[in-house]
Amino acid sequence: MSTYTEYTTGEPLADTKAPAGPIAERWDRRRFEAKLVNPANRRKHTVIVVGTGLAGGAAGATLAEQGYHVVQFCYSDSPRRAHSIAAQGGINAAKNYRNDGDSVHRLFYDTVKGGDFRARESNVHRLAQISVEIIDQCVAQGVPFAREYGGLLDTRSFGGVQVSRTFYARGQTGQQLLLGAYQALSRQIAAGNVEMHARTEMLDLIVVDGRARGIVARDLVTGEISTHFADAVVLATGGYGNVFYLSTNAMNSNATAVWRAHRRGAYFGNPCFTQIHPTCIPRTGDHQSKLTLMSESLRNDGRIWVPKAKGDTRPAADIPEDERDYYLERIYPSFGNLVPRDIASRAAKNVCDEGRGVGPGGQGVYLDFADAIRRMGKDKVAEKYGNLFDMYERITAENPYEVPMRIYPAVHYTMGGLWVDYDLQTTVPGLFAIGEANFSDHGANRLGASALMQGLADGYFVLPSTINDYLARNPQAGDVDDTHPEAVSVLRETRERIERLLAVDGDRTPDSFHREIGELMWEYCGMARTDAGLRKALARIPEIREEFWRRIKVPGTGAELNQSLEKANRIVDYLELAELMCLDALHRAESCGGHFREESQTPDGEAARRDEAFSYAAAWEFVGTGTAPVLHKEDLVFEYVHPTQRSYA
Amino acid sequence: MKLTLRVWRQKNADAPGTMATYEVDGISQDMSFLEMLDTLNEDLILRGEDPVAFDHDCREGICGACSLVINGDAHGPERTTTCQLHMRSFADGDTIDVEPWRAAAFPVVKDLVVDRGAFDRIIQAGGYITAPTGSAPEAHATAVPKAAADHAFEHAECIGCGACVAACPNGSAMLFTSAKVNHLGVLPQGSPERETRVLDMVARMDEEGFGGCTLTGECATACPKGIPLPSIAAMNKEWLRATRKAKR
Repeated sequence: MSTYTEYTTGEPLADTKAPAGPIAERWDRRRFEAKLVNPANRRKHTVIVVGTGLAGGAAGATLAEQGYHVVQFCYSDSPRRAHSIAAQGGINAAKNYRNDGDSVHRLFYDTVKGGDFRARESNVHRLAQISVEIIDQCVAQGVPFAREYGGLLDTRSFGGVQVSRTFYARGQTGQQLLLGAYQALSRQIAAGNVEMHARTEMLDLIVVDGRARGIVARDLVTGEISTHFADAVVLATGGYGNVFYLSTNAMNSNATAVWRAHRRGAYFGNPCFTQIHPTCIPRTGDHQSKLTLMSESLRNDGRIWVPKAKGDTRPAADIPEDERDYYLERIYPSFGNLVPRDIASRAAKNVCDEGRGVGPGGQGVYLDFADAIRRMGKDKVAEKYGNLFDMYERITAENPYEVPMRIYPAVHYTMGGLWVDYDLQTTVPGLFAIGEANFSDHGANRLGASALMQGLADGYFVLPSTINDYLARNPQAGDVDDTHPEAVSVLRETRERIERLLAVDGDRTPDSFHREIGELMWEYCGMARTDAGLRKALARIPEIREEFWRRIKVPGTGAELNQSLEKANRIVDYLELAELMCLDALHRAESCGGHFREESQTPDGEAARRDEAFSYAAAWEFVGTGTAPVLHKEDLVFEYVHPTQRSYA
Repeated sequence: MKLTLRVWRQKNADAPGTMATYEVDGISQDMSFLEMLDTLNEDLILRGEDPVAFDHDCREGICGACSLVINGDAHGPERTTTCQLHMRSFADGDTIDVEPWRAAAFPVVKDLVVDRGAFDRIIQAGGYITAPTGSAPEAHATAVPKAAADHAFEHAECIGCGACVAACPNGSAMLFTSAKVNHLGVLPQGSPERETRVLDMVARMDEEGFGGCTLTGECATACPKGIPLPSIAAMNKEWLRATRKAKR
């Protein structure tokens, strides 16, 4: 068994696809310079899209509309169930319908700043430009956004910004946007342009002559492992937050597709950049299988507080006003309860660490609507947040109209992902990554209501433009089938892995390993990270991995619906990804965004970024399991937004 | 809490199924129903038995994957999804029956997992607005009265779980289909395809083997998202209107 804390540094990496020139013209220029595929020839090209969330659903539908033959996969029984569906709060767009000073440039600026200057300017500006088209597209599809009495769209403000640019559909914005994409995709399935494989999970990538040419997938009902070939492969498989076991991700969200692609040559960008969301329902016990987010739109009208005194166990109602500490309003008077997620999460952890947390185990803070109910009336509060309040009451059996909600931070989103260039292409030619699966737009911290924006921007607008260029330049890659030596070998490795998992027949369940690695990651690679803690984790992970292969117990066979086998196979990949996340966190000896290194803070406890040493995106190259990876740095250049220490005071 | 579970076990679509009895102990009131089943499954794995297969994913009541009939009720005794049902709704010592959705159009895949592909095919038949990417006009070009937007939203909330079908004595999918017909039909953007949409979706629904509606209303009672029963009447009206128009 080998462990590592050192790594080697390889050649620097550059994004060669973003054009030079004024930033506002780059996207137009790229679209013009990109080669096109003749409409008559598109039918001859097959594109594999893995995943049917906002990014994948939008991409599959749009590529099919353009005339490509799309073969699409999802692990759920229906493409409508991808986890984008659970996003609650809203989607940002620089429409400036409120006339409150918003613009494409302001959304660009806010996103670069919110990401703590660890994102690429060109990408972020393009995202801000496209944001306005997304709203038009979704309205045309029939997405029922909230509207004013005059029939026009309503917007609200969201964490980390001072304009109202967030479009929403009550607390179910992700659901409504996803159903829009799903319906567009359904239309293409019916038209025969998309070949949909539901309940089918990608297990590996097939690379032939240096190009992504297909995938190996397992039919989750029959257990059949098969190959699928195409001219390009698009991964829209979401984030890897479930490496922490407890997160707000869906139970089956997993990292297998991106990790297998990484093992086949795709560099992994900024794996340690994970987002801990400040407003989740606290856990109730060891049986907890996942955490539930409460939309942070609640922070618009709810006030966050804890008792001033340590160990104050009185019910909230019995604590007088002058014995409450509205700590966000106190520390950050101009943003108050609307500070970015990383800051709100860390502040909650700090007050709980001080012993002022509330609820069972002291792992919670109050989110109080009493003032909002007095100001707006209960009906207005119910109209805005009713479904969230109902959801809270169902889970906790407490009525938030009467007692304050209790919230605590939880893992929610991963800014890191496969490294991609401006065209969203990974370091494996022909392999693209879109949505949360890539690392591109959010830097070290994502602003609220920006995940939906990025997923749809990538899926509807960016990828369908940029993939043309790749396909046009590689018109006849030659036929590949499952007799090709590469395909044969990937297929064999996949079958061997499945057989090995079934053969161990040990004495520990998949969940027990998942929980163990998750707790380790939460402790050492969670909200606050230290050099010593990360080294401890890096020593421990290979031990867990070794124990896994000795003691895992997977009942049943591979030739049937076997949910234990699915889980165990995903844990194999978490056990490697976790190690890379810890190494990335260890090497980045600065605090930025969601990555807080205790050694790097200002005298008053704020995150201290170190631009002189770390103004780059870290792209890691896989070398072998248990072997130190190679770091490639992509320098970040800021021409338009000058890096400053973030201040939300 | 200590509970006795009687769970439907069926190896695959072709195998016969049977109710199997299990005892579970140490169940907390704060557990969700699915976390209680997780506990059972952990025990089964360690005992070398096949764990109970069930569909689930988001566990926050929105993806629509979970689908259990609990003591004869789709999603159990509360009006919510199975994943949001908590053990505080049960008492220590209870015996609980757990079965899959039962409907001709939802064949069992394994244990508590069923195939709901028929719902996808109903949407594919017309449950969309034709608006290819890039073709959209400016979002404010068409104002939508708030009442229409709210009506659309109320129906768009459907999560496609299939509880309506499972609850219906006829195994009818009228509530599911009408939710989408109402959502899209009331919006100005959806009106050009109003007639073809309702005709094609209803035709597909019938082909899939769902039963007819006899207005018993069990569907709307079981619906975790509160899709209202009158939505079916509104779809019938849409269908009649479209049929007459087609004849003209």
